[in-house]
This record gives sequence, structure tokens and C-alpha cells, in this order.
Amino acid sequence: MKREVPLAITFITGVLLVVAFFVPHPPLGDLQQRFQIWYSIVAGFTFLLGLDSLVKHHLKKIQHRRSGWGFSVALLISFFTTLILGFYSWFVFSSPYDLRAPFQWLYTSVILPLQATMFALLAFFIASAAYRAFRARNLAASLLLVSAGIVMLGRVPIGKAIWSGLPVISDWIMNYPQMAAKRGILMGTYLGAIAMSLRIILGMERTYLT
Amino acid sequence: MIELLDKLDRRIIYLVIGIVVAYPLIVHPVMPIRVSEEVKRAYEFVEDSLPSGSVILISIDYDAASEPELTPMFRAVLTHAFRKGHKVIYMGHWALGLPLAQKDLEEIAHRMGKTYGVDYVNLGYRPGFVTVMLAMGRELRDIYSSDYQGIPIDSIPMMANIHNYDQIDLIIGFEAGSTGEFWIQYVGSRFNKRMFFGTTGVVAPDLYPYYASGQILGLIGGLKGAAEYETQIGHPARGVFGMPAQSFAHLAILIFIVIGNIGYILRRRR
Repeated sequence: MKREVPLAITFITGVLLVVAFFVPHPPLGDLQQRFQIWYSIVAGFTFLLGLDSLVKHHLKKIQHRRSGWGFSVALLISFFTTLILGFYSWFVFSSPYDLRAPFQWLYTSVILPLQATMFALLAFFIASAAYRAFRARNLAASLLLVSAGIVMLGRVPIGKAIWSGLPVISDWIMNYPQMAAKRGILMGTYLGAIAMSLRIILGMERTYLT
Repeated sequence: MIELLDKLDRRIIYLVIGIVVAYPLIVHPVMPIRVSEEVKRAYEFVEDSLPSGSVILISIDYDAASEPELTPMFRAVLTHAFRKGHKVIYMGHWALGLPLAQKDLEEIAHRMGKTYGVDYVNLGYRPGFVTVMLAMGRELRDIYSSDYQGIPIDSIPMMANIHNYDQIDLIIGFEAGSTGEFWIQYVGSRFNKRMFFGTTGVVAPDLYPYYASGQILGLIGGLKGAAEYETQIGHPARGVFGMPAQSFAHLAILIFIVIGNIGYILRRRR
């Protein structure tokens, strides 16, 4: 029963939602809408589950003084500060997202610059990695190197200043070879996704039960 | 010499990149912007095809990491939409992105004399991605019974007659991931909705096949796309001013790649 019931639920729900996608009329459409609302509610609760697991994990790490426990302290302080400011903003300003709320201040003054800084560092790492890895070792690597160079220059104004043909060739690369490869990848990916979905719905793929 | 070319100290690379990015941002040189076909089409749809008062749904599907690329285009498109007298529904699938762009929404709305609840509304965030998109196709209130401040949707004048995608004339997504593809696959195909996207430079190639097949009206790709849209609306801002920095950074990276390859070829010959 432990296996059969979940498999039956998966089969019925999967078939129902696939059919309802193409036939969105009553009663299937209503049922699908109900399932979607349920999903949205369950998805909301997964955040609580995630938070519970995160807090427990870091509390244990601090308790046992495992390597890097200081970072866990910083994480928990940040977490509870955000939570308290969020609730405070909610009670005082009706919404944590009110532009005057301290939660919004925390977001724009701490979270936003931290996230932006982390991503901005990528420019340096990409430049260094491109210098080290982008080598014309064979024909395929050379073709990639030349086309990447053309696109990099053709997509920015300086490319046109160097040679007016660069943006034209860059557009051609994006519209034909790039698009053909992308379409092939997309078709392959989605055929794989359909196959995997069918395997799950039909109960052939059961790893999600373990 | 060969060693020097082949194994350049990474600190030199970091220093050069830092200078070529910082210098144009301080000095503000302006470069001519060539507007691409995909941006022109997005612009023309908002400009010519939508009658004043049309409802545009804007989805914020990015966070601070992609802010420098996507906020300039969001600002440009929003300015254009408000200028044409369109109504804007603001929502998003990335929880951390919504408060980020909300500042810009409020600032532009205030500058252009727009009123909350009449000219624009902020629905906020709901978890669920595809399920939220699909459920909105039947009745928006099933997912968004209130706006981001908890004000009931039914008490917002602009939303009085808006129940699902039938009352929405255009969807514009600002995408840093694959949410744009979900919009196309689940909303564009099923509800036959017109849409276009502003994306990071990395995500843009993923959406080119949909643009070529006509499933999306236009595509604003990366900071360059933002600069192009700003040029189209005649309002140069962060996109246009960021182009020299991006140009010089691309050029510097290419020069480093060439140096690396010269060193590599010379070493192999030896």
C-alpha cells in the first residue's frame, strides 16, 4: 500500500492535468484550477519547511562547534534580524515592502549590494578564465573562439566603430548557427522531459518515492 | 617572453578590467547605439499597436544579481508604457526581485503623475511559477485576492474588470532565468497572449528561437538591449551610459584572449 497509493495518486493527477491542459472546460478546468491553488499553498509551506531545516542545521553546527560555525552564527543573526524587521514592518507599515519600512531599508542597503557585489566579481573571474581557457587547441575550439570574438565585439557599440560589418556578422551568427544549435538542444531537452514525465506518470520511474 | 604571454598574472587582468569598467562609468563617454530589429519590434508594438489605456502585465523575474542589466530596460519600458497612457499590472515570480524594481516603479509613477490603483497596481509575489501563471488564466483573484499591501483586489478601481488574461493586452517579462520560457509555453501558447521579454545577455540566446518563430513579439537582450530601448524612447539613461564600460570590457577580454593564444602558439612551436 505504501507504494501503490502514491503511484495511483501520481497517475490520476498526472493524467488529469495533462488532459485538462488541452480541454480546459468543466469539470476538468475547475479541477485543474483547484489543483493549482493547492499547489500554490503547498509551495508556500515548503518555505517554512526549508527555514526549519536551515535553522536546525546551523544550530547543530554551532552546538557541536563544527568547522565554520562562526558563519552559522552570522547566518542565524541575519536570519532573525530580517524576520523581526519583516514582522515589525508588517505591523507598523502594513507591508514589509512599504518603501518607508525598515525591512525595505535592510533589503536595499544590505541584501541588494551584497548580491550585486557577488555577481559583479564575476566580471574579473570571467576575464581571467577566458584568458586561461580560451585557447585555439583544435579546429572546433578555433571556430568557437573566432565566433565568440565576433559576437562579443559585434554586440557592443565599439564593434561598429572598429568595423561596420561586425554587428552584421554577429547578428548572422546569433540568428542562424546559434539558433539552430539552440533549437536542437531545446528539442532534445523537451523530448527528454516528456519521456521522463511519462515514466513518472505511468509508474515506471519510482525514485521520487524513496 | 613566451612565459609572460602564456601565464599572465591574474592580478594584472583584474586591474585592467577594473580600470576599463570604472573609467567610462566615471567619465561618461557616449557611444552611438545601433537599434536591433528585435528591440525595434518590441518598441513599435507598445508605441503603435496598443491603443492608449491598454493593460500591460509586467513580470519581474530577476533579483539583485541581474539588476544592472534588467532594471535599465524595466525603467525604459515602464516609462514608455506610462507615456502612452497604458495601465500596468506589476507582479513577479522571483521573491527577491519585486522590492528591487518596486522602487523604480514608484519613482517613475510619481514622476509621471500616475496614481496607484488607477494607472498601476502591484500584485506582489506568489510562489508556484507555472501554477500561478495557469491559474491566472482562469481567475486572477484565485491567486491574488489582494495586492502587495493586503488591499483586496476588488477594492482597486483598475482591477474591477480584470479577471484573467482576456483583459490583459500584453505581457512583458524581465528575465534572469527560465521563467520567460514558462510564460511562452504555458501562457503564450495556451491563452494566445502577445508578449515580449527583456533578458540578461546570458538568457537572450535561449529566447531567440521563440522570437524567430513569432511566439514573442520582440526581445530586449542585455544592457545593450536596454540602451537600444532607451535610444528608441529618446531617454538615454543607465543602459546608454553603461555601453562604453561594456564595450571596453569586451575589448579588454578579447585582447587578453589574443595574448593568451599568442603565448600558447609560441610555446607549442618551441
